[in-house]
Amino acid sequence: MLTSNFVLGAAAAHFNGGDIIYQLVVFIVLLALLKKFAWGPLMGIMKEREQHVASEIEAAEASRKEALQYLEEQREIVKQSRTEAAQLIENAKKQGEAQREDIINQARAEAERVKESAKREIVQEKEKAVAALREQVASLSVMIASKVIEKELSVADQEKLINEYIQEVGEER
Amino acid sequence: MNHEAPLWELMDTGIYFNLANVLMITVASLIVFIIAVAATRQLAMKPTGIQNFIEWVMDFVKNIINSNMDWRTGGRFLMLGMTLIMYIFVSNMLGLPFAVVVGHELWWKSPTADPAITLTLAVMVMGLTHYYGIKMRGGKAYAKTYVQPMGFLFPLKIIEEFSNTLTLGLRLYGNIYAGELLLSLLVGLGTSSVFGALGAVIPMLAWQGFSVFVGSIQAFIFTMLTMVYLSHKVSDDH
Repeated sequence: MLTSNFVLGAAAAHFNGGDIIYQLVVFIVLLALLKKFAWGPLMGIMKEREQHVASEIEAAEASRKEALQYLEEQREIVKQSRTEAAQLIENAKKQGEAQREDIINQARAEAERVKESAKREIVQEKEKAVAALREQVASLSVMIASKVIEKELSVADQEKLINEYIQEVGEER
Repeated sequence: MNHEAPLWELMDTGIYFNLANVLMITVASLIVFIIAVAATRQLAMKPTGIQNFIEWVMDFVKNIINSNMDWRTGGRFLMLGMTLIMYIFVSNMLGLPFAVVVGHELWWKSPTADPAITLTLAVMVMGLTHYYGIKMRGGKAYAKTYVQPMGFLFPLKIIEEFSNTLTLGLRLYGNIYAGELLLSLLVGLGTSSVFGALGAVIPMLAWQGFSVFVGSIQAFIFTMLTMVYLSHKVSDDH
């Protein structure tokens, strides 16, 4: 049926307008089909990738900025803590100095006080000893005197004698 | 060599179909469609395999468009350019491996080895340039392009439109048809005798390789010129 319609040997005589129409229609159909099934999705994914890359770059930029800011912050903190530490050390030194001074002063005062009290005690003891000695000497001398010189003696003489003895005792000492 | 075309008339209307062309147009379109769809079936953000290839094609056409006009006006022609370059490339390649002759009729050949086909594509492209020229710049600006830069150039501009169309179509046809003709001559020589086969093998290989090259170049040139003509019509500055 189809082959019977072929015009053999007369190819040049006929203008094959059908081919033109067919080519045009097929190309437009192909264009439409590819647009729907191939180029559309392809362009979509490429655009998506473009956006993805752009957003990634943006994110990287942002995180870099953040990191820089963070670094700056950390640097500031380190600097601050360094000065703080220096200040602390300075303070401690000063305090130590003051404390040392204080302790020394205290010790000096204490020593002075101890020395003073010791001196006072010595004097007191000395006085006490002298008084006791004096008393003892007095009674002793009285006893001796009364024993040795059992003769009448006036109280005034006696007193004079005693004092003389005591004087002697005091000088010898 | 001088094979006839299998013509078929549509119900005595005077419209003749070259059934070989119809077949080959269908085959080429199917191949392009299958390649394109297969390449874009599994789209991933990280392209692999055939997706890389189709993205390379897209970048290639993008570069062609970008070398002629800015992307804001040229972006809409990307799909046209990709379809054109792939369709013409596949069409050019189809006639290379073999030609099928049934009886005296040549059935398998490049569809682009027929001037009617290539001129159809060329006229379609030129029609698109006029359409987009009017659509994007308005009728006044479009009409003005015919008298710029000088009024007396008007006849030349008119001639240019026709010569552009003719050369665009006939360049492709000539290259491909010549390639196929020489191939069929070489085949004729190769099948004539043993010595002929020996003599035809080397030129046959060389010519087939060259035809692949020519087919690729012609597909590129056709797309490139399409974009050039489009940019002449749609760009404000040229």
